[in-house]
Amino acid sequence: MVPLPYYLVLSGILFGCGVTGFLIKRNVIAIFMSIELMLNGVNLSFVAFAAHWRALSGQVFVFFVMVVAAAEAAVGLAIIIAVYRTRETLNVDQVNLLKL
Amino acid sequence: MSSVEAIPQTADYVRILPELVLSLFGIVVMMLEPLIDERRNQQALGTLSLIGSVAAILASLYQAAYPGFAFWNMVKVSNFSVFFHVLVTTVAAIVILTSYEYMSVERIRAGEYYSLILLGTVGMCLMSSAVELVLIFIALEISSISTYILVGFRRGEAASSESSLKYFLLGSFATAFFLYGIAIIFGASGSTNFDKISQVLSSEHVPALAYVGIALMFIGLAFKVAAAPFHIWTPDVYEGAPAPIVGFMSTAPKAAVFAVLLRILFEANAPGRMWLIWVSAALSMCLGNIAALVQTNIKRLLAYSSIAHAGYLLIAFATAPEVGISAAMFYAAAYAAMNVGAFAVVSHFANAGERYVTLDDYAGLGRRSPTLASTLTIFLLSLIGIPVTGGFFAKFYVFSAALRANLVGLTIIAIINSAIAAYYYLRIIVVMYMREEREEVPIMHIPLALGAALVISLAATIYLGILPGRLLGYAQRAATEVLPSQGASTSGTAFALPK
Repeated sequence: MVPLPYYLVLSGILFGCGVTGFLIKRNVIAIFMSIELMLNGVNLSFVAFAAHWRALSGQVFVFFVMVVAAAEAAVGLAIIIAVYRTRETLNVDQVNLLKL
Repeated sequence: MSSVEAIPQTADYVRILPELVLSLFGIVVMMLEPLIDERRNQQALGTLSLIGSVAAILASLYQAAYPGFAFWNMVKVSNFSVFFHVLVTTVAAIVILTSYEYMSVERIRAGEYYSLILLGTVGMCLMSSAVELVLIFIALEISSISTYILVGFRRGEAASSESSLKYFLLGSFATAFFLYGIAIIFGASGSTNFDKISQVLSSEHVPALAYVGIALMFIGLAFKVAAAPFHIWTPDVYEGAPAPIVGFMSTAPKAAVFAVLLRILFEANAPGRMWLIWVSAALSMCLGNIAALVQTNIKRLLAYSSIAHAGYLLIAFATAPEVGISAAMFYAAAYAAMNVGAFAVVSHFANAGERYVTLDDYAGLGRRSPTLASTLTIFLLSLIGIPVTGGFFAKFYVFSAALRANLVGLTIIAIINSAIAAYYYLRIIVVMYMREEREEVPIMHIPLALGAALVISLAATIYLGILPGRLLGYAQRAATEVLPSQGASTSGTAFALPK
């Protein structure tokens, strides 16, 4: 059996990739995918911890996370379409009507 | 799973009654929308949602007689949860009243709008009663996803969809951090239930992982309450979102997230919370107030003010639990009353397409519409923290709790900040009363629903400023329920001041 820390490190790396992608990507869809990557990184640690503690609740949690991620994707893509209709671009640097 | 019962009992359903009522009305409103004709549906659906939210308030009060756990330790009804249920549903009712006029002026289709308010409120209610991280996560998402959509509701406006996009991206980013925190806490304690987590975190050897978990969860939640350094989205989102929704999202979801924070930090007895909160509170107050000084758009100004208020409220989290919890609860209620009222005035005044939202547009409002101007003045005075308004006692309780916990530095920062804040709130009042009036800004007649919303929030603001005792007493009783009950395990680590 692969020891727990391996899973945790991998999960941390996946999460880190997601964070990096979120910060450096300029395309909205790519940013959105980075968020999904972060969530899946977390899912991996849930499953690893569930196996470690022999507690099913961690594995069940993963299903809930997937459902929530799907709901988020539905809403997120709808918002992206609404933005594209008014701005005709998916580059976040050009979505700058409101000053940040 | 401590209970062997596999079938939910009636009492289980009573303990989620407000959520059931709100979901039912939300679904009915959404389904009725296509059936009712275009002209009439605004009013009818609004009224139906209003009935729904009032029914939810009554259900929460009814529920108070049945404290206890439901659904296998998922939900815990107590004075604490009832307090936040009533707060959140009342805010929803006031926002629905405010929206009547806004919807007809902006010509927005009402069905989804009202039902999303109701369904979002379901999430916020659940957040305050959930004692299981799974449920807290889902409730947080129910409330967040509804708000993402509501922010972008003026679909034709580029600014509205843009703010919705920003809110959505940063909000989901924050959710991922919160979720990672949950995963790590689960890893450290082997459970997602607060009872078990609390035991592990109060023991002699707190696993090092738990500190990481708490910090990550704090990052996620600080994003949602717009506390610095995770506040950058706030002004943009508040500027683009429909004004009544800003009133909603700056009060109700924030109160619910603060309820979750109270549970995580106090009931689960989080270790090492002190410095996290110290830094975040000090930064929120300073950044929020200083940035607000230079704003000319009133929605942006109130956005920065809400960042500052999140900072004041966070101070309560660094104090001793016995006084800190009730001070935070009182602050959340008082802030909700005054802020939702201020945004009701802003959304009425903004007119079609939200054209009049700059400070200059408010010039001479004192002469042209004395009622509107004086109402806004009272809300602003309350936001400053002038006596005889709820804002005064809210700040008073938080600051005195901080002094009792020896947080002298933080209290001094807070008081200096209150003085800075007085400048920009008073500037609005000065502009309204002293500046030359501008005729081209139309003043609309105040409709009945908006009047009712203003009267309710005004009454609440002044009531809390004159007779704060009852609410504070209730909050104190509620606070005792949040504290970890296992007397032996809490000794020593329950409240550790920094050395």
